[in-house]
Amino acid sequence: MRYRDILDAIGDTPLVGMPRMSPKPGVRLWAKLEGQNPSGSVKDRIAKRMIEAAEDSGALTPDRIILEPTSGNTGISLAMVARRKGYRLTVVIPDNASSERISLLELFGAEIVYSPGEKGTNGSIEVARALARDDRYYMPFQYGNPANPLAHYEGTGAEIVRDLPEVTHFVAGLGTGGTLTGVGRRLHEHNPDVKVVAAEPELGELVYGLRSLDEGFIPPIFDESVLDRKFLVSSSDSLRATRELTEKEGIFAGISSGAVVHAARRIAQELDKGDIVCLLADGGWKYLSTEAWAPEIERAEKGVSETLWW
Amino acid sequence: MSVRVKLPTILRKHSGGQALVDAEGSTLRELLTDLEGRYPGITKNIVSEDGGLHRFINVYVNDEDVRYLGSLETAVREGDTVSILPAVAGG
Repeated sequence: MRYRDILDAIGDTPLVGMPRMSPKPGVRLWAKLEGQNPSGSVKDRIAKRMIEAAEDSGALTPDRIILEPTSGNTGISLAMVARRKGYRLTVVIPDNASSERISLLELFGAEIVYSPGEKGTNGSIEVARALARDDRYYMPFQYGNPANPLAHYEGTGAEIVRDLPEVTHFVAGLGTGGTLTGVGRRLHEHNPDVKVVAAEPELGELVYGLRSLDEGFIPPIFDESVLDRKFLVSSSDSLRATRELTEKEGIFAGISSGAVVHAARRIAQELDKGDIVCLLADGGWKYLSTEAWAPEIERAEKGVSETLWW
Repeated sequence: MSVRVKLPTILRKHSGGQALVDAEGSTLRELLTDLEGRYPGITKNIVSEDGGLHRFINVYVNDEDVRYLGSLETAVREGDTVSILPAVAGG
């Protein structure tokens, strides 16, 4: 395939079967490998879309600095887009994000502002919003930008319909809600009976240091009505599934992918027949420092529990 | 029905610091009423004034979000685990 530039190479990711991961013979599990995007995650889709939308509307001009709160992947994707297009970028990221995320941001030339790790992404949103009051910054705000779900409606969702029209279930992580909202809508248009399922991480003590429940946050772009079910998945279960993906399928994916596959297998248990698409948001590269694939599971669990992997 | 309830950090001030407590009820609503009886003030941030679930709170029965089950009318059984967590985002 030939592309004008790296940005045109975003999307159109492989949908691969996972024949050994399904607990039931009549249920097929599929992985959409978003780690195959140029900067390594699904977020390349929304970074490109949000920036191009802002250029088209005139909101983003060459003199403005792009600013975004992120737990890592969106920042990295935006940094790649910014490099290609010549913009400055500042990202606000929790200080307990994995070291690889920080390294990637730095090598892509992003300026980094850290937010308190114990407040997770909620904390980075708070800090970014305060900074964004300065007019020099343009904040795409993935949590509220319709270009986010639109990228998934037109890209990710359309690709799934094209490659697996017989899809019965779609499972993805709930971060901004963009993937679930965009893909969910596209799949429901194709077949209203498709079930859309969210996986949410149980992050433990790591990121629940909110002072009050009013510090909770629900992304404005997330359309709850698109969901049929939502599952909480522990770090431990996510990690085990991630390791099993490598062990049984040769798939090297990030830890949120394990959470998604864990939720998918729970659904599969209830079915006799089905085609379940799992959105694997990124590859395992950024999580090597957590020792997630260490031979001793205890070391892996400790490493993962100390890092923000969502 | 004796049910295990996992409390988020933010609500443990009501339970004397305990992360895991027991409560009784055959629906989530009954369970929360029982919980309020044992730890007064604890459900103020779980159930809103209109009697529904507080917007920024997620409640799970056996790790499944009750908003997609029966919400506060979701049945709970002996041995179930109910988890209460604040809404957090990612990305």
